[in-house]
This record gives sequence, structure tokens and C-alpha cells, in this order.
Amino acid sequence: MKVLAMTALAGAMTLAAWGAEAKSDLVVGLQLEPPHLDPTSAAAGAIDQVLYANVFEGLTRFGPDGSVNPGLAESWDISDDGRVYTFHLREGVQFHDGSALDAGDVVFTLDRARAEDSQNAQKALFAGIESVEALDDLKVRVTLAQPDGGFLFNMAWGDAVIVAPESIESIKQRPVGTGAFRFKDWVQGDRITLERNPGYWGEAARLDRATFKFISDPTAAFAAVMAEDVHAFPFYPAPENLPQFEADARFQVLVGSTEGETVLAMNNAAPPLDNPLVRRAVAHAIDRKAIMEGAMFGLGTPIGTHFAPHHPDYVDLTFLSDYDPELSRQLLAEAGLGDGFTTTLKLPPPSYARRGGEIVAAQLRNVGIETEITNLEWAQWLEEVFRGKDFGLTIVSHTEPMDIGIYARPDYYFQYDSAEFQALNAALSTETDPEKRSEILVAMQTRIAEDHVNGFLFQLAVPTVADARLRGLWVDAPTQATDLTGVYWEE
Amino acid sequence: MLRYGARRAMSLFVSLLVASLVIFLALEIVPGDPAAYMLGINAEPDTVAALRAELGLNRAAPLRYLDWIGGMLQGDFGISYTYRTPVAGMIAERLKVSLPLALYALALSTLIAFPAGIWAAQRRGSAVDVGVMGVTQLGVAIPNFWFAMLMVLVFAINLRWFSAGGFAGWDSGFLAAMKSLTLPAVALALPQASILTRVMRSALLDTLGEDYIRTARAKGLTRGQALRRHALRNAMIPVLTIIGLQFSFLLAGAIIIENVFFLPGLGRLVFQAISARDLIVVESVVMLLVFAVIVVNFAVDLAYAWVDPRLRGER
Amino acid sequence: MSRMGLIAGAVLTLLFSGAAVLSLVWVPHDIEAMHIAERMQPPGAAHLLGTDHFGRDILSMIMVGARTSIAVALVAVGIGMGLGVPLGLLAAARRGGWLDEIIMRGNDLIFAFPSLLIAVMITAVFGAGAVNAIIAIGIFNIPVFARLARGAALSLWTREFVLAARVAGKGRLRISAEHILPNLANLLIVQGTIQFSLGILAEAGLSYVGLGAQPPVPSWGRMLADSQTMISMAPHMALFPGLAILLAVLGLNLTGDGLRDWLDPRLRREAR
Repeated sequence: MKVLAMTALAGAMTLAAWGAEAKSDLVVGLQLEPPHLDPTSAAAGAIDQVLYANVFEGLTRFGPDGSVNPGLAESWDISDDGRVYTFHLREGVQFHDGSALDAGDVVFTLDRARAEDSQNAQKALFAGIESVEALDDLKVRVTLAQPDGGFLFNMAWGDAVIVAPESIESIKQRPVGTGAFRFKDWVQGDRITLERNPGYWGEAARLDRATFKFISDPTAAFAAVMAEDVHAFPFYPAPENLPQFEADARFQVLVGSTEGETVLAMNNAAPPLDNPLVRRAVAHAIDRKAIMEGAMFGLGTPIGTHFAPHHPDYVDLTFLSDYDPELSRQLLAEAGLGDGFTTTLKLPPPSYARRGGEIVAAQLRNVGIETEITNLEWAQWLEEVFRGKDFGLTIVSHTEPMDIGIYARPDYYFQYDSAEFQALNAALSTETDPEKRSEILVAMQTRIAEDHVNGFLFQLAVPTVADARLRGLWVDAPTQATDLTGVYWEE
Repeated sequence: MLRYGARRAMSLFVSLLVASLVIFLALEIVPGDPAAYMLGINAEPDTVAALRAELGLNRAAPLRYLDWIGGMLQGDFGISYTYRTPVAGMIAERLKVSLPLALYALALSTLIAFPAGIWAAQRRGSAVDVGVMGVTQLGVAIPNFWFAMLMVLVFAINLRWFSAGGFAGWDSGFLAAMKSLTLPAVALALPQASILTRVMRSALLDTLGEDYIRTARAKGLTRGQALRRHALRNAMIPVLTIIGLQFSFLLAGAIIIENVFFLPGLGRLVFQAISARDLIVVESVVMLLVFAVIVVNFAVDLAYAWVDPRLRGER
Repeated sequence: MSRMGLIAGAVLTLLFSGAAVLSLVWVPHDIEAMHIAERMQPPGAAHLLGTDHFGRDILSMIMVGARTSIAVALVAVGIGMGLGVPLGLLAAARRGGWLDEIIMRGNDLIFAFPSLLIAVMITAVFGAGAVNAIIAIGIFNIPVFARLARGAALSLWTREFVLAARVAGKGRLRISAEHILPNLANLLIVQGTIQFSLGILAEAGLSYVGLGAQPPVPSWGRMLADSQTMISMAPHMALFPGLAILLAVLGLNLTGDGLRDWLDPRLRREAR
């Protein structure tokens, strides 16, 4: 042990000497601190933001463009009926505690996630699994109840990363994964430090050390970047500051896309918004451009349905809900609400919702719809709006990738109940032919846009502010992650 | 004295009991479920139920209350719902920021208020007095979070003398840590120093009117000498009382300033815990602060009664 | 000197209450309409104090915000006085009894709670909004007035006119209402002014952390919070609402101090 520590130290010293030429430390600013460090038992995106791809890896993984690539599984075979997946694990993969990755770990992970008492926040990802067996040390067979075209995609989520039974007890405080970085320490309320994993199976990380510093306040984030206390700030929280960074040669500003469809969600089950005419009136009353400009200072891409514009199957349906207050007033009159009506507008904390909400309220007032704004904490929003369905309107960004399926759940908080859409969704889940899938997806997008289920506002953009010399940062955010494995300082 | 002490101890006990009940009941009716918050919008209902069971949230409220109180009596504050670490440790961690910050602000406030108050009292009615009193009027009226914002703009963003916020941590060295507490301490100290200056001045002026000061003056001491030798000591009672009050206020009341400078202190811990519905943390921190204030008051009462027997009868 | 303070204070107080009243019928610009294209304009001829991040006129926002501040603080102090003074009188009338003990211990208990944290808890229970801000500030005003009333009443109970009333066979409560309360009026006006100014500061603090009046109702504290990330681009957005709070509170404090000296020379002391 002592000898090991000595060699490690010697190694660290030579690295340090080498590091004098090429900078190898990185401080990343993040707005939210993870509540704990187990990505498989909480919804908090902040956990993945620190650990995904850096510390933990799954069978498959997302690439920077959102594609699904091999992860810990080098390759896989799919049976002809699409129900049986046989994963071939990479050889020589070690967890950070020195234990080897084997098929047993995969079985443990998947069984734990789909167990009765599972605390996985995305349990639905595993719901289709019928059985998981280890065929030998490096071969795992997963059998699905029915074919699922999205299974490999599901396995790339942060909630599906592979964990080991040996380290599961303390995973919330000391995460042990297989990634290119290993966990070093966590000063709660302040920072988490990762260091390079010398025994990584793949190409070693180029940074020696990465520190995530948690700065929730946007003003403080601005000052920290300006003072170069942090070198990169993904999901930079104050878009109004971006022009200042762009004008400064010390920084680069990367603006990428996310999976976040930002919608003005409407309560489809409660009058008067249960009336499609009224929902259409709301849709035409809102001016997406002004909302994006006012709330996001121009960042984002307008959307006309609940689908990411960078996805190949996206169709631009914004024309179905063009800004047209005159038409909106007519529609209201047609619905028997010529004098307008009053409803609630409940807003969660992010600034797109709070600022966007104030603008939406002003625009709705313009056609005669009065809104009572209530600002809610997330916990209250979940209780009142999401679970209690006690709302008229709300603004929220749905950041899960490929989540149009939520419109097939009549008990989902906006309570859209369309047999036609539900049939489309059922057809999609068993369809594996890419062309037919594409057709169905277009039909689904069109259905909800024509029904004006929600006011579709814009696709959330992700601005990253970084030191101008940094390379290899993700621009887009296909999932919540800060993948540092390919990040390096340009000399 | 013993009987008085016993009666006060009894009422101390009842106060703490009532306070703990009020805190617990208030948080019982807070809408929002920590388990649902943790698991987010895609969670299945049975997953939420499983987490609730693990957190012990499905037990009856009276049982949870007794657990909480019983644990606290043994120094065990429970396990945080969100962080899953002992609450006592989290509080200790935050106190490393809040306590030095409160002391720093108090020290600044005292260092400003003593000379300013004495100076103004010595030159009562002069331009100095008017000037000092005018400044304290401004100091009392200024919203300290606004003052803090302006300081960040000037000293952190424009001049870059200080970082805009955050806490460097004690392991980065005493000076670095103190530096990151400086702007917040100044923002906190300004209104407190103004209040203390006014108290100091008027306490001195009051004692200056007393007979023994007149005697001292008659014996040939100048106004300044009489003030320094005699009045100052007697003016300390109200001044120290105010300082005591200010300390407990600073410990809990820094919440807004902690937000401006994103310091990981006690106030922000409570703020974050409330939004995450980590109620066990909220309960314990608030109870701890209330406990501190009640016990300090108790000690002060006893001390007064000891000094002045007349107070023992009633108050 | 104190006469000048009183005049300055009265002028500031009248200015802000005047602006609040005026805003009921007229403001320079409609604050509900948003003009994104005109956002963050520095002070100029079109907008005396500039515009905010939605292009709204800051002067108009401050005028309407004065209304929110004054309303919240006034009602909160009203609650504190309305409940605290009777409790204090009752305690004094039953001096040394169990009722006195309960009331005074209850006061101590409220004082022992960290006020801001309790305000945060109250809004967590009942939701953020002006009404709950009023309740949160009001609760902490109760013990202030209860203590003040009790202390002053105790000294009045030893006065001869009270003894005369007791000899005449009047009950304790009746004496409290008929003889004690009127003699407290000056004291209550002075303390009320001070608490009013503290209420304005508290309202600003609460709405700064997002717990006060909700949009679109403007409030000074929230204007400051909104301006925070833009402070280096548009400092005027942070400057003017802060100055408004400062001047309003200063005005009330000067008025309170001046009134104290003017109404009751015996109370002449600067301590607060």
C-alpha cells in the first residue's frame, strides 16, 4: 500500500512537472449542487451534470451530438424478434476501487433499477425488461417483454449507469464508477473534485483534476467567470450577460441546443382551457419572439410542437400558432368568452419561467385573459401543479430527451386525453422500422400541435461560457452532462 | 434567588417545548413532499412511496416528533432527507461560515460604534455630533442587501479587489477565508454599527447627567475625563445588552446577505432546505437558533437578578 | 436640529405617500405594457429614471411600488399594534398574575424566533405573496407593541389619576381603556412610525428574496432582485429602487425621532 502510494506520488510529481507547460486543472462552475452522488436514485440533473461520462458509464452512452454509442458494452446482438439483446462487455474494465467489471455488475444494476422497492427516478426506462442473465463474465442477455426500438437509447441515460454491489452502500457519498475520472472529495455547499483515473480502460483524460464549483446565484456566476475563478460555466444562468463575454477576448461563448421543450402548459381538463377553441386562442395570443427576447435575450429556437428541432424527424409547425391577437380575440368570442376570463399562471423558479411568465401575462392581458401569477418553489410546483393538477397555466421546460410520449398519458399533469394520439404512441413503441417510426413521429407532432394541447414556446438553448483556450467542451446538451473526458487546454 | 431561578428554569423548559411544537407543526403543514422532489417528474408513484418509506416519512406525525425531540436531546439531529448525511454535521459545517461571519460583523460594528459614539457624546451638539448622527441615520435606513450589491459592483466587478462571493474555505488559509467574508461582514455591520453608535452615545449622555459625574466634574475633571473614567463603565450595561441581541440576530439574520454573496452559511442552508422540503434540516436549525436565544435570555435574566435583587420578585 | 430633521423627514414621507397616491390615478408610463425593444435604457428625457429589462418605465414602477411597500408595512404595523397594545395593557392590568406571565413569555418566545427564517417558513406554508408578507412582518410587531404598552402602562398605574379612578370603583380593564390607553397615544405614534420604517425595510428584504408581492404588482425589493444580473450593464436599474427604499425609510425615521422630541420632551433620547 505504502509502495503504491509512493509510486502514485512520484507519478503525480512528474505529471505536475509536465503540467507546468500544459495546464491540466479545470474549474467548472455549475448552478446546482447535487443532493447526493447516486445517479441511479434521484431525478436531480445536477448529479449527472457532474458524474455522467466522467465517473459513471453505462452499457451505451450519449455522444456530444446525442447519438447512442457503445459504452461499457463493446457491441451487442439483437435477436430477430427484437426482444433479446446480448451485450458484450469490454475486457479489462475496472471500477475505481480496483474491482473488475463483470456481467454480474450489469445484472445487479438492472435488477436493482427495476426492483419493487427501486428508487430509480426513471423506472419506466427499465419497465420493459423481462429478465437479465449473465451468460459468462463478459456477456449479458437482456430479454424484453416486447420489442422496443428505444432500448439502447434508454440504456444510455444517466439513470442506467453501471454500479457495483460492493460500493453501493456508500455510493451517495463516495461514488465508485468505471469512468476516466474518479471521485476525490466533496465540500458540501461548495465544490466536488474529481481526478484522473490512471487505470481507465479507454483513452485517458487529458486533465489531471477537475473541480466543480456550485454557484447558484446568476450575479455571482457572472463575477466568478469575469474574475476567472472558474474556467467554464455550462448552462450559464444569465443570458443577458453573454454579449459582455462575447466582447471579451478572454472568453468563448458556445450556444448549443438541449432537449428542453419549453411550453406554456395548459390544464386540458379544467374549464375554460378544456375547450380547444380557448387553447387555440391562448396559443395565438402569445408572441414567441418577444418571450424569447425578453426572457432569454434571444437564445433558443421557436417550436410549434413538443419535439426537438435538431431531431431529424422534427417538423416545423409554428405556423399553426402564429402570433395573432386579433384571431385570438375572435376565437375567444367564438368560445363564448368575448369578455375574456381569469386563470392562474404558476411559475417554477428558472428564469425562463419567471421572466417568461411576466411577458406571457402581459400578452394574454392584451386579448382579455387575466392571469394571477404565483411563483412556486420546485417542491411546491411538483405538489400543486404536477401532482395536484391545480393550475390553469404554467411554464416549464421538459428536458428529458424524446419525451413526446407524455402526451399519451391522460393522467399527466396537463391531462391531454386523445385516443388517436395514444394509438400512435402505442404503435411507435413496438415499431422498429426507422422509416415507419419517422412517419408516426410526424403524425404525433402534428396531432398535439393541431389540438393546441399546450402553448409551444421555444427549445431551450444552453449557453456555455468558457476560457478561450479550452477545447473539447460539449456545445449541445443531448443529456445533462459535463463530459470532460475530451477536454484539454490549448497551448 | 434559588426559587426565582427554578421558576425561570421551568418557564425556559416550557418555552422550549412550545417552540419545538410550533416548529414541528408549522412544517407538518408545509405542502410539498421531499421524496417527490428528489425523484422528479418522471418518477412512478411506487418509487416515491419506496423512498418515503426509506426516509421514514410514512410514520405517524407524533412518532416522528418524539423521535426528533428524543434524538436532539442526545445530540442526534437526524439524517437529512436530500443529502442523506447527519444534520448535525451539516450544521457544524455551516457554522464554520456563519459563526466567524457574525463575529467579524460584530467586531466591525463595535470597532466603529465605540469611538464614534464616544466622540459624538463628548462633543454633543457640535458639527461632529451632527455628522455622526446623520451618518447613522443613513446607516439604519439603507437596505443592507442593496448596499451589498453596490459593494459587489464596485469592489468585485469593477476594481476586482475581492471576489464577488463564495467562501474560500478555512483550508485555503486564514487570510483568504477572512477576505471572502469581508464584504459580507461590512454589509452586515453597517446598520448594526449605526444602531450601536446611537445606543452608545445616548447611554453616555444619560450617565453624564447622573450625580456622581457631577461630583467628579466638581472635583475638577474635564467633561472628557469624567466620561472616560466614570461614565463609560456605567454605559456598558445597555451597550452590552444590545451587542448580545445583535449577535443572535447576525447568526440567523444573515440569510439575505448570504444569498447575495452565496456563502454556505446557516441561513442559506435553511433557505435551500425549505425549497427542497428537507424539513428535518429546517426543524433542527430553527430549533437550534431558538434554543440559543432562549438560553442566552435566561442567562441574562439570571445575571441581572443576581446583580439586582429587586428584579427577583417579578418582571 | 431635530426640528430640521422632522421637517426633512416629513417632506420625504409626504413625497413617497404622495407618489403612491398619485400612482392610483396617473403614472408617466403604463407599467403593464412591455416594450422589449426599449429595455434597459439609461435615464433620459423619455424615461426620467430609465427603463428596466422589459422596457418598463422605472419611475412609474417606483411610484406603484411605493404603494405596495406602504400598504404592506402599514397593515403589518396595524396588526402588531392592534394585537400587541391590548395584550400589553392586559398584562399590565394583571401585573404579576398568570396572564401577565403567559403574555410576556409568549412575547419572549416570538422574539426568540429568527424573524427572517420564520417569514421564509410562513411563505413556504402559505405561498409567497403580499398577504403572507404582511402576516410575517405583523407577527413580529406584536411583541414590540406589547412590551412598550405594558412598560408604559405599569408606570401609569402608579399615577394619581389612576388611583382616583380605582377609588371610584372602576374595573381594571375599564381603567386600561379609559385612562391608560389615551396617555399612550404619543408613545404609540412615535413607535408606530419607527416600526413602519422597519416594515418597509422588511418588505423590501422579503420581496428581494422573492417572498413578497408577486408580479405583475411591482415592489422595490423585487426590482432590485431583477436588476442584479444586469447591474454592470444597467446600473440605474439597481440604483433607483435602492435609493427609493433608503429615502423612504430615512424619511420615516427622521419623522419618528422628530415627533418623539416634539410630542414628549420627557422621552427625549436618541436610543432605539
